[in-house]
Amino acid sequence: MRRIQSIARSPIVVALFMTLAVAGCASKKNLPNNAGDLGLGANGAAPGSAQDFTVNVGDRIFFDTDSSVIRADAQQTLAKQAQWLQRYPNYQITIEGHADERGTREYNLALGQRRAAATRDYLASQGVPANRMRTISYGKERPVAVCDDISCWSQNRRAVTVLGGAGS
Amino acid sequence: MKTMIRTFLSAFAMFVAVSVAAVLPAHAVVEIDINKGNVEPLPIAITDFLSGDQLGANISSIISADLERSGLFAPINKGAFIEKISNPDASPRFEDWKVINAQALVTGRVTKEADGRLKAEFRLWDTFAGQQLSGQQFYTSPDNWRRIAHIIADAIYERLTGEKGYFDTRIVFVDESGSKEKRVKRLAIMDQDGANVIYLTDGRDLVLTPRFSPNRQEITYMSFAGSKPRVYLLQLDTGQREIVGNFPGMTIAPRFSPDGQKVIMSLLQDDGSANIYTMDLRSRTTTRLTSSSAIDTSASYSPDGTQIVFESDRGGRPQIYVMGADGSNPRRVSFGDGTYSTPVWSPRGDLIAFTKQSGGQFSIGVMKTDGSGERLLTTGFHNEGPTWAPNGRVLMFFRQPPGAGPRLYTVDLTGRNERQIQTPNFASDPAWSPLLD
Repeated sequence: MRRIQSIARSPIVVALFMTLAVAGCASKKNLPNNAGDLGLGANGAAPGSAQDFTVNVGDRIFFDTDSSVIRADAQQTLAKQAQWLQRYPNYQITIEGHADERGTREYNLALGQRRAAATRDYLASQGVPANRMRTISYGKERPVAVCDDISCWSQNRRAVTVLGGAGS
Repeated sequence: MKTMIRTFLSAFAMFVAVSVAAVLPAHAVVEIDINKGNVEPLPIAITDFLSGDQLGANISSIISADLERSGLFAPINKGAFIEKISNPDASPRFEDWKVINAQALVTGRVTKEADGRLKAEFRLWDTFAGQQLSGQQFYTSPDNWRRIAHIIADAIYERLTGEKGYFDTRIVFVDESGSKEKRVKRLAIMDQDGANVIYLTDGRDLVLTPRFSPNRQEITYMSFAGSKPRVYLLQLDTGQREIVGNFPGMTIAPRFSPDGQKVIMSLLQDDGSANIYTMDLRSRTTTRLTSSSAIDTSASYSPDGTQIVFESDRGGRPQIYVMGADGSNPRRVSFGDGTYSTPVWSPRGDLIAFTKQSGGQFSIGVMKTDGSGERLLTTGFHNEGPTWAPNGRVLMFFRQPPGAGPRLYTVDLTGRNERQIQTPNFASDPAWSPLLD
């Protein structure tokens, strides 16, 4: 349960997780960020709010080990992010690149930047103006899942689209 | 806090070493050949320094602990001593020391001078040859007594091994507290044995990878202050800090050049690549040394300043490369299984230390500067970030076991003598200072 606690940032995410767990269709990988995919959009988040973005669109994508390639599942998430960001054009965004802990500190900072840049470029290709986006890398310094096996490492290899600026 | 740092540093120049020995005959028999593969630790008796209080015994115990941790000396338990030293200036009864197999003997005295300073004297004896090998005296302020002990340990180490010691040195590192997702990191500095920890930052900003300047008066490190992650310079005596260079993006992985005039670092570029730059600290000019679309980082100069070793994934995975100090002629030198990162050039110039990832494990290893002769000194779940002791015989690194935070360790070049360094909290990113003087 440790990883659940670490992912859950808002009560709504917790509630979603419980619902899904009870329903028996919990897919560990997509649970927290792709809840919108599962038809749970109507959850009380005000349209256009940060909560709407996080819960109904999905604020993060994941990467393979030592890779900055945007995977097919991530492309879907980013396409939805781009749509949402075009609908709500007042948000400036910061894209945070992160790495898992199975690398050295300095290389992981550079890898996180490479992931953030790849994410920004993909969003730009989907129509989000480049001047709305900035990037930052946290390397392996800000894990969201803290166990010592691949189930956590795969959640930490991520790029998070943060509305409004930096801050993790 | 600044005052504490200043006091500590101002003590640097206060030592006066005066030889109190009669001139030595050239044929001392007790010595350690540390170039042999398997060194048997030398049995040595370190007596309590004479003093009116506990200080003499405290100094002896620090000398003893330094020498023991090196793996080259085996201090003999004081309970076995036969002769009680009452006059450290007189020849000891060598028979009493030979009988307990003490091949070397240390005697000494600490006294308070009229001006308040501390005076410490020691003599090193070769018991089997029946002669004095070394004798020196030092003056310092009383709160600096630990340094006196380290300096004496260095003198003993140097006399018996023929190489410079590394005990009168300090470590700058990152102190880690709090949970893993919300880790608080503070820059800290301490003696190489873990004593005298002083914090340099307050934990508000994420700080990483501190490194000493050659004159030990400055630290370069990376900070996320103001959500603008950059390489910084910190003056230890004034506490003044500044961003190094005016770069358009994140800068990481700083180190000083051997002459202390430049900081070398990586700039994370908009296209996701990382390239190596230097900034001249006097002229403020920046020079770009690599121009690949890959990640080039973790640069470290050779001690003569003519070459740079760095890490790059231009060939697909992270490997170690060497190039000229002007960026010329980069060539890959690591060819083993797995990936290689965090290369650091030995202060002796002969080896490159690195972190190696292979088979899901992290090792600390060394190779010759052409990449040959690779030896792994320790392997486990996660070992990272070696830093050299100034004599090039010992490495410090951090180790993070599963489910726990990181701790600092030392390992010598044989790989057989590995020790944990006690720190107040979890600790990572150690960097060893040059020898103080």
